[in-house]
Amino acid sequence: MAELKLFRTWSSTFALRVVWALNLKGIQYDTIFEDLSNKSSLLLQYNPIYKKVPVLVHNGKPLVESLLILEYIDETWKQTPLLPEDPSERATARFWAKFGDDKVLLSVWNVFIKQGKDKEEAIVTAQENLGFVERQLTGKKFFNGETIGFVDLAFGWLANLPSVWEEICGVTLIDHEKFPMLSEWIQNFAGAPIIKESWPPRDKLITKYQALHEVYTSKEAPK
Amino acid sequence: MAYEVVLVDTWVSMFGMRVRIALAEKGIKYEYKEEDLCNKSKLLLKINPIYKKIPVLIHNGKPVCESLIIVQYIDEVWNDRSPLMPSDPYPRACARFWADFVDKRVYDVAKKVWTTKGEEQEAAKKEFIETLQILERQLGDHPYFGGERFGFVDLSLITFYSWFYAYETFGNFSIEAECPKIIAWAKRCLQKDSVANTLPDQKKVYEYVVQMRKRFGVE
Repeated sequence: MAELKLFRTWSSTFALRVVWALNLKGIQYDTIFEDLSNKSSLLLQYNPIYKKVPVLVHNGKPLVESLLILEYIDETWKQTPLLPEDPSERATARFWAKFGDDKVLLSVWNVFIKQGKDKEEAIVTAQENLGFVERQLTGKKFFNGETIGFVDLAFGWLANLPSVWEEICGVTLIDHEKFPMLSEWIQNFAGAPIIKESWPPRDKLITKYQALHEVYTSKEAPK
Repeated sequence: MAYEVVLVDTWVSMFGMRVRIALAEKGIKYEYKEEDLCNKSKLLLKINPIYKKIPVLIHNGKPVCESLIIVQYIDEVWNDRSPLMPSDPYPRACARFWADFVDKRVYDVAKKVWTTKGEEQEAAKKEFIETLQILERQLGDHPYFGGERFGFVDLSLITFYSWFYAYETFGNFSIEAECPKIIAWAKRCLQKDSVANTLPDQKKVYEYVVQMRKRFGVE
């Protein structure tokens, strides 16, 4: 019986963080793919509060919430550390990962699903947030410095989903002129070993988000 | 005298209180700067340009933002005394989970209890009670969420206790009637000096909320 199991979906950007962390550290694990429209009883047992993926089960003990799972992985398997050792740098890394999830992701998503005036306002907010993120890359190849770390994994979705959403809704948020450092980071991260092997198939992502885009934009009257 | 630890905060913030309890638990001397959130200082805008919020801890000139991140920072820097987090990775992950749960599920719905009326308020009350009941089940028969010792999860939740009278008064309900174990746990936490000396009087918080309701136009 394997001691490490990851419950994920084929596309979950949060589960991908855990895939990257485990793969970067060379840790063996079993994968269970969930269908979120028909959640398994195991998933509901392991994550009764949020009922979501990812869930990592280590020796029968469940861990949930992707960023918390990453911290657990980093504390349990010390090779290829994801978080810095210095407490001040660790606090900074946690701050940026949280900012990414609390503010950046939602603001970029809003650009994708909103229309008219709401969309214009969403673009302003998203670019303001992306500006904060861009400045974190000053003088660095990755948010973690020379190698990929916690904040890079937390922002990993930026290296993949915005380009999918751009293709569908026609708005380019992260262009080379406005965000040169972020654009370069996207190239470096998306093409890095381990990372590049695990992206979900782009055509499937386009299909999925095209359908979601239609659902959201049909609900809203153009302004 | 220049302090190497400065806390920018406001007396009524349950998030700021978390940091004050952590500093007290560790016996750390610090300079406290009270912030007027209606007239934010240049200092606050400089040290927290992203959120412009308190609390912010400044240690040796470097700011740390977000209360739970600050508390973990304090625990990691002053790691020679009064640990706030468990030492093993799995209990640490569980502690982070439950503190994060408090952040995600308590604040927003509790705020609705004192800023809304009618059906919206009733829905908020129901969700607030259900959230506390989930926490009660997690507490189980232990004296603290940390087990035998006060810890990270206790610290993340106890500060809301100072707002309970305000929630109960404006929501017209009794938290003790719905969640007696939570109240018993809170009173246990209040026996600790770090908690008792940090949490403001519930009536003072209530007066503050009365003023805020006027400002938000909730009457």
